[in-house]
Amino acid sequence: MTVPVTLENARERRVRTGGVELCVAELGEVGQPTVILVHGYPDSKEVWSEVAPRLAERFHVVLYDVRGHGRSTAPKPLRGGFTLEKLTDDFLAVADAVSPDRPVHLVGHDWGSVQSWEFATVRRTEGRIASFTSMSGPSLDHFGHWISNRLKRPTPRRIGQLLGQGVKSWYVYALHTPVLPELAWRGPLGKSWPRILERVEKIPGAGYPTSSLPTDAAHGAWLYRDNVRARLRRPRTDAYAHTPVQLITPLGDAFLSERLYDELELWVPQLTRRTLAAKHWIPRSRPDQLVAWITEFVTSVEGGRPDGVTATGKYADRFGGQLVLVTGAGSGIGRATAYAFAEAGARVVAVDRDAEAASRTAEMSRLIGAPAAWAEPVDVSDEQAMEKLAEKVATEYGVVDVLVNNAGIGLSGSFFDTTPEDWKKVLDVNLWGVIHGCRLFGKQMAERGQGGHIVNTASAAAYQPSKALPAYSTSKAAVLMLSECLRAELAGQGIGVTAICPGFVNTNITSTAHFAGVDAEEEKRRQKKSARLYGLRNYPPEKVADAILRAVVRGEAVVPVTPEARGAYLMSRFTPRALRRIARLEPPL
Amino acid sequence: MTTAVAGELRAKSAELQGFKKVQQLAYECAEAVAARLEPGITEREAARMQREWLRERGVRDWFHLPFAWFGDRTAFVNFRIPLQFFPTNRRLEPGMPFILDMAPVYDGYTADIGYSGSLGINPVQDKLMADLEAHRELILREVRERRPLREIYEDVDRLMVRQGYANRHRAYPFGVIAHKVDRVEQRRWSPHVFGFGTQSLKGLASDALHGHREGWSPLWSPYRFSDHPPQPGLWAVEPHLGFRGTGAKFEEILVVTDSGDPVESAFWLDDDLPHVRRWAEEK
Ligand SMILES: NC(=O)c1ccc[n+]([C@@H]2O[C@H](COP(=O)([O-])OP(=O)(O)OC[C@H]3O[C@@H](n4cnc5c(N)ncnc54)[C@H](O)[C@@H]3O)[C@@H](O)[C@H]2O)c1
Repeated sequence: MTVPVTLENARERRVRTGGVELCVAELGEVGQPTVILVHGYPDSKEVWSEVAPRLAERFHVVLYDVRGHGRSTAPKPLRGGFTLEKLTDDFLAVADAVSPDRPVHLVGHDWGSVQSWEFATVRRTEGRIASFTSMSGPSLDHFGHWISNRLKRPTPRRIGQLLGQGVKSWYVYALHTPVLPELAWRGPLGKSWPRILERVEKIPGAGYPTSSLPTDAAHGAWLYRDNVRARLRRPRTDAYAHTPVQLITPLGDAFLSERLYDELELWVPQLTRRTLAAKHWIPRSRPDQLVAWITEFVTSVEGGRPDGVTATGKYADRFGGQLVLVTGAGSGIGRATAYAFAEAGARVVAVDRDAEAASRTAEMSRLIGAPAAWAEPVDVSDEQAMEKLAEKVATEYGVVDVLVNNAGIGLSGSFFDTTPEDWKKVLDVNLWGVIHGCRLFGKQMAERGQGGHIVNTASAAAYQPSKALPAYSTSKAAVLMLSECLRAELAGQGIGVTAICPGFVNTNITSTAHFAGVDAEEEKRRQKKSARLYGLRNYPPEKVADAILRAVVRGEAVVPVTPEARGAYLMSRFTPRALRRIARLEPPL
Repeated sequence: MTTAVAGELRAKSAELQGFKKVQQLAYECAEAVAARLEPGITEREAARMQREWLRERGVRDWFHLPFAWFGDRTAFVNFRIPLQFFPTNRRLEPGMPFILDMAPVYDGYTADIGYSGSLGINPVQDKLMADLEAHRELILREVRERRPLREIYEDVDRLMVRQGYANRHRAYPFGVIAHKVDRVEQRRWSPHVFGFGTQSLKGLASDALHGHREGWSPLWSPYRFSDHPPQPGLWAVEPHLGFRGTGAKFEEILVVTDSGDPVESAFWLDDDLPHVRRWAEEK
């Protein structure tokens, strides 16, 4: 039996530099590209305990406790012992010890990222760093320029940005007060910190933070005191990155505004942006996503890009490399949604009961930016088939990051014309399909505990009653309510739920809809007629797809798409009686 | 065989040779210009290159002046008015798809061709081009079956939807997938309006008038006036596929006769064209 790779069984060595001794841990094969992980404040290298072992499957992973933290020794005296210059010495010493001949890939979180920005922008490290992945820690120099730009030309917007970040930086001021922070950390704050992390940042405990926390936090205060004021007042003007940089920004960061990075392209010639819906401590809360992005970035820098297709879509920063499953992906809204995610660089699972259409979607998805795409011919109303699918997806492709339950069928006709079979069919697909999707894939998401998003395609018919669509509208109203309830249930787990409510969209649904109570010939005629009407309306499914991606990025709850759907949504809230009158109208078929 | 019929056949085949020659010339032009395209060239420059190349080889009149579309203009993204078809200052970038479309008149014979390519590799356009083969087969098969043009148009549409593409020839005037071409009288002075040669327009107009009386149209469209079996003559056929900002088409002459033999009743004027060769090579 092989022993699982964990931080505990990492190879350890001590590196002596500038009067301190650093505790350095190594995992993975030495011949592979070296990735050095630098932790933040108040942390030790154990913040990487979820990330490092997974990265070690592909890379030579190196972590060290920053001076004064964890099992590295502290400089004496503390004051002046934590300057960025000294931290750069430490980094170079570690890099020379673990990878003397090859440049290393640098990954930093929080203060680990702040200091790594220094490493990546000073001349003396040139040639020693192959790439830098930054999370939640800006360059103090860039930050200094960001502030002074806003002070020099203060438009209301820029002042707003300044104040916004100013409020988020409260702890920085606090840390500048002498002695008090140390007392707090060694006393009550140090004791309650793990609980605070668990409650506010929603990160599981599991051996983190370690017992060295009070000392780490007390020593680390000097990181701020030794550097922040000096650098913000007189930022370096030559702080240009000499390596490709991947910037990963958690959008829910309580300490850093995303606006900080608006002008980053000026400083970084080769910048890749990534965003994710998470809070500050992403090495704890989103290890899988980080490992995927770091792996992709390092591999591409090493020159091993698998193929030439790159994602160009608007939300490539958010969905690149994520796993997205779309049902009903063989046509209309589902297909357009699969393509939009593909263009954003997501891996796509195209599910449809029409096998040929699904494989077509998968094939085209690969051509336009999906690093991988698969077709899964499954009927969403088939409970067992869906269970099999969920198992297969989990074992072969991974846990789904975004689930789009979109498969649906149309059914029109008066209530008394609608037979029990008709009801069963439409509810089986439109409602049960969504239930199965949420149940199976939502469960995997929740169990992984690293967030995710579920989108259910409801319809404007969910809140716009109509005598012509009793069964269809009922199925969609159920989907809308299911989405709302599930959203409430999953809110605490970082999983968003969205109901999309389109109006009339020009897709194939009209040509396949069933019209109850009429013979085959009349049904054909009505299908044709409604297809023509929807064609005249000509609202493209691509626009619905755009709305879906936007809704996931923003975490929206209910999204009416098309003007008529938005209009009806407003009416349902403010003038429901008018809406009821519309419900009585005969459809023009 | 009577001498009269033989003479007619000879005349016919001489005429077809004339059309074949100008169609070959136009495709040669497309390949020559395509080979010279490089980053930064504008659509206008590409159109001028085609014009000059053909002028140097004796072309004096046009059914229409050369067009060039780059990038998402190959799929006519956001085209609302016909003026948008004309070449712009859009610059070619690496990986961008392009389409060259020209209709020279040479020796009184007209060609109308479309050539799709990309600067460097463009997997999406490659795929579109590969998928056009099925359309070329479908069109010939159904014309031989004497199906009404409007129905063939709808079948092409259905095939496109199945392939997951948008019909982009619908953006052409009258949404045509094809139009008739004819011999044109050679004049010393051959003016054009809005890029179309007046001689050719005259021919098209007289055909339209003719056809109107007899119940057919020189424009092959999705509309009722194309609800008739294929009319003998030469048709420039141009199925145009679009997929998310990338377009691809070919355009070439389909010969329709009144022969009772299906194979003789319709055939592609020339199978030795770049897109056809390419499909053969891929097999
Ligand atoms: N088109 C509209 O106007 C409109 C408006 C509001 C809501 N919607 C909803 O949008 C969704 C997508 O519809 P569309 O307009 O794109 O229709 P569409 O018919 O173009 O596409 C639906 C796809 O779902 C697939 N599908 C149907 N039943 C399935 C099943 N049991 N299992 C697996 N796949 C199945 C079909 O094969 C098809 O490929 C539906 O839920 C529909 O109710 C559509």
